[in-house]
Amino acid sequence: MTRWLPFPGLTLLLLLLWLLLVGSVAPGTILLGAVAAVVSSWVWLRLELPAVRFRRPLAALRLSLVVLQEIIRSNNAVARIILYRGTRNRRSGFVRIPLTTRNPYNLAALACIITATPGTLWVEYDSADNTMLLHVLDLIDEEEWVRIIKTRYEMRLMEIFG
Amino acid sequence: MSLTLLSWSVFLAQIFLGLAMVFAACRVLTGPRAQDRVLALDTLYVNAAIMLLTFGIRTGETLYFEASLIIALLGFVSTAALSKFLMRGEVIE
Amino acid sequence: MSHAADLPAWVAVITALFVLLGAALAMIGSFGLLRLGSFYERMHAPTLGTTLGIGSVLIASMLCFSVLQTRFVLHELLIAVFMVITTPITLTLLARAALYRDRIEGRDEVPLPPPPPECREDAAREAGSDGDSPRSITPSRQPDDRS
Repeated sequence: MTRWLPFPGLTLLLLLLWLLLVGSVAPGTILLGAVAAVVSSWVWLRLELPAVRFRRPLAALRLSLVVLQEIIRSNNAVARIILYRGTRNRRSGFVRIPLTTRNPYNLAALACIITATPGTLWVEYDSADNTMLLHVLDLIDEEEWVRIIKTRYEMRLMEIFG
Repeated sequence: MSLTLLSWSVFLAQIFLGLAMVFAACRVLTGPRAQDRVLALDTLYVNAAIMLLTFGIRTGETLYFEASLIIALLGFVSTAALSKFLMRGEVIE
Repeated sequence: MSHAADLPAWVAVITALFVLLGAALAMIGSFGLLRLGSFYERMHAPTLGTTLGIGSVLIASMLCFSVLQTRFVLHELLIAVFMVITTPITLTLLARAALYRDRIEGRDEVPLPPPPPECREDAAREAGSDGDSPRSITPSRQPDDRS
């Protein structure tokens, strides 16, 4: 099992992507896709990834709903800034945010969430003192951003990946 | 009636996307520094992918979807390589 | 657009709305590239097109083709998954590259990296004589500007 299928979740995902790309569920397609998925998941063994513990799919679902809502809200906000305000009455700037987690999966997911949300950008991570540099388009209060990142995203991610 | 609405709105959307590509191209040409140009080129790729998707809706051919996927792939690879080049001066170390 | 003649009215209306929304968001995002002032501000603009912009056009395309072919056409999800994974990677890479270049040139608007911990302890022991002296960055090589 572990020798042939080192990452069962990844293999299943690759098979699903293959079926979507081909656009059919004929037995031949599934067989070919399964062979391709199994063989290409062996490549990932060479990357020597740290072990991942994915717990609480419900919490992950809730987090993705929060992120979706936030993306829609900030799309609206950034579109308004671009159309109406331009560079007037607005200050953008960097905030350095101390993080609690050092888990690479947490950090990667946090970087993806922050960068995918318009208006905030993950610029740099400093592993020596575990801080990240955030750039905010409409910066009003630095402390507020530290609180938002830590409570809205980081705590929930630590719940999911440990 | 609804068909006219759909065809006109897809037409309007293509005009919007054409304008978006013009804006991004302006930034590629003017953009004061190299990173501005790379960012605008990435935006241009994304706009082109969306444009191909609207062509797909307009003609009803699924072939445009594959072209759009390939443009998105090429855009990712080229932007990643260019950012790497800006940082280190070479792509593969 | 004769292929869409047998599309029900509600599907046509929803498709039209989503296509227009996506295209408008992509246009606003690209306009932001021209409108906003500095490079780091401009980096926020294209995110409009890569999140909701392409997302709503994909929803429209999925809906339209699923109704036309009377089966679930879901391969647009591939582009959606791909964009969700790749956009943050390219943007953070580009931001890091820009930060690196700006620091090497010693520009004022970018923050310096935090000093390493041992350096900070020394500074604390010296009772804050020069507690916030930034770590000097020695450029190994000047990348050519305005290339």
